[in-house]
Amino acid sequence: MTFFRQAGAIFWKDVLTEFRTKDALTSMLLFGLLVILMFHFAFDQADSLQMDHYGPGLLWITFVFAGLLGMNRAFAGERENDSLQALKLAPISWGAIYLGKMLANLMFMLVAESVILACFAVFFDFNLLPRLGRMCGITLLGTLGFASIGTILAAISMNTRMSEVMLPLLLLPIALPLVIGAVNATAAIFTDPPGEYLGFWMKFLVVFNIIFVTLPLLLFDFVLEE
Amino acid sequence: MNRNWLALSTFVAMMVSIYLIFMYAPTEATMGDVQRIFYIHVSLAWTSFLAIFIVFIYSIRFLASRDRQLDIKAFCAAEVGAVFSTTVLISGPIWAKPVWGIWWTWDARLTSAFLLWLIYMGYLVLRRLIESPEQRARLSAVFGILGAVDAPIVYMSNRWWRTQHPAPVMGGGESSGLDPQMRLTLYVTFAACVLLFFYLWKLRCELERTQEVVESLQRAPQFKEVS
Amino acid sequence: MADAPVVRLDKVEKWFGRTSALQGVDLTVQPGEFLVFLGRNGAGKSTLLRVVARLVRPNSGRVEVCGIDVLRHPEAGREKLGFVAHSSYLYRSLTAFENLQFFARLYGLSDAEDRIHKVLRWVGLEKSALRPIHGFSRGMQQRLSIARATLHDPEILLLDEPFSGLDLEASELLGGWLESFVANGKTVLMATHDLEQGLQSARRWAFVDQGKIAEELTGTDAHIRDRYKIFLKEKRRDIF
Repeated sequence: MTFFRQAGAIFWKDVLTEFRTKDALTSMLLFGLLVILMFHFAFDQADSLQMDHYGPGLLWITFVFAGLLGMNRAFAGERENDSLQALKLAPISWGAIYLGKMLANLMFMLVAESVILACFAVFFDFNLLPRLGRMCGITLLGTLGFASIGTILAAISMNTRMSEVMLPLLLLPIALPLVIGAVNATAAIFTDPPGEYLGFWMKFLVVFNIIFVTLPLLLFDFVLEE
Repeated sequence: MNRNWLALSTFVAMMVSIYLIFMYAPTEATMGDVQRIFYIHVSLAWTSFLAIFIVFIYSIRFLASRDRQLDIKAFCAAEVGAVFSTTVLISGPIWAKPVWGIWWTWDARLTSAFLLWLIYMGYLVLRRLIESPEQRARLSAVFGILGAVDAPIVYMSNRWWRTQHPAPVMGGGESSGLDPQMRLTLYVTFAACVLLFFYLWKLRCELERTQEVVESLQRAPQFKEVS
Repeated sequence: MADAPVVRLDKVEKWFGRTSALQGVDLTVQPGEFLVFLGRNGAGKSTLLRVVARLVRPNSGRVEVCGIDVLRHPEAGREKLGFVAHSSYLYRSLTAFENLQFFARLYGLSDAEDRIHKVLRWVGLEKSALRPIHGFSRGMQQRLSIARATLHDPEILLLDEPFSGLDLEASELLGGWLESFVANGKTVLMATHDLEQGLQSARRWAFVDQGKIAEELTGTDAHIRDRYKIFLKEKRRDIF
């Protein structure tokens, strides 16, 4: 239980800090909106049939790139007064640092994604409301996996000379199955009747999440060591 | 295994494999002689997957024991694996263009090979950008583990996705529906590629170890005075 | 348990790549001591402190804090330690109070509010408790850093160049606190390259050079000053 309390303290501190500065959230939101704008000009969305076809993919591309922006925040914020050292000095298991930061990342991404999703529905005329529950479920699963891999890889990238470039290079190949699963699941809920593969891809996302939340927890100590 | 025996057996296996590919295996009905590159392409692909699995094993062993030798082994396996992976991506289009008229196809195998190549690149670039040797070893071991666990998942997810969106598949299923002569050729070529991998891996490890010895000599007090 | 050492290092070694940071260090510290590590930059003083705090994992050797094997039970060991460095380890956008509240939660401290008020009073920051700390001066930040480090009432305080960047008044205050800390039976280990700072309040000195403890002394200020000058001269190398 102490483990979760410690992770909770770190989660809360990250949320509070972000709430004060609003750096990451603003950039993620603005970026998402800009991408939506670009999509409008890049694809002829007057043809709504095309949008049904490409929509899920475009949505998740937007989520992924906005998420990458937000992921850097996790450890960049600790660099300032070297406060990561203070976390490492505390009598806690370092896995709690991972869990707290991962949950904070998850929360910020979900907030940004909700707004981006709403904009998508509005700008591209997605009929989202009847499918909202399932959409939320898919978004949660996809984002959880992304946040969990992203957090540990952000911790790794932080130690390199070009950390902002390193993170996408490491993250995108590993997160690819997530994108496949999420895009397919999203596409499945937009077909009428709902695609038969929906259940399959949801299960896939769950299994992926189990693996890629556990592994980083086990490996995180090695990343923070000196 | 003694390096010279390994070199010899690799050479022999490669010779046998070349004979089989060009002399023994029958000409494919639709694709003609160009198809023979398939044996090399697939063998290289399988070997590059084997290599990431070796990186996985040695990364875990390194983190458990902190023995520098194990990190060297993991790193060198990744380097050689990356080379094999690159050749897969080169041999793919060479085969695809004359046969299907397109340079690239996003079928499960080729896509996964591309992703695997990216994972190798990520591993190698990561090592390059970290200054401290201890950190380099540790962090790349962690990434090696994550990447190696991910590689089969990437392959499976691509396959499952492809069953929903069929696309031209290079060479059919894994080795299904292959003529027995072709199958033999493939397996022998694969064995030759694996031997080649182990040989190159061994060579690379020895080179890296020599470099370490030189560096540790530079650390020695006698040398500090001189420099 | 009359005289169990509060910190013990046994043949500790640490390399960073080609550089040997610590070479076979042996050290025993009794409770209530004020020990200062003196030496040039890069001598290994910081690494020594960080090994005790288990921030750095030694390549070989044994590290014990209050009898706990820190390598096997890092969490238990860290509970007994407070660490003050040149960086404040604090969060700019949070207030002083919020910063301490976070650490109290992290350390699982009961009666957190009382502790926070007490420690803020001690370092003289009660009035600024609700200000975000990005407005704090360097001296105030260092004071809050000390508050952070002593919040959980540690047995041992580790300080790494704590006086750097402090004006005279802040330095004197810091010196005074360290003395009162020791007067309460706690232990202080401090690393500094500044001889004068190292002379205040300390009763035991260790000269560190190239990852080894070259000399350990006690004595008068003048005696230590002379010995240190000789030590630096002997160990002079061309530094480029």
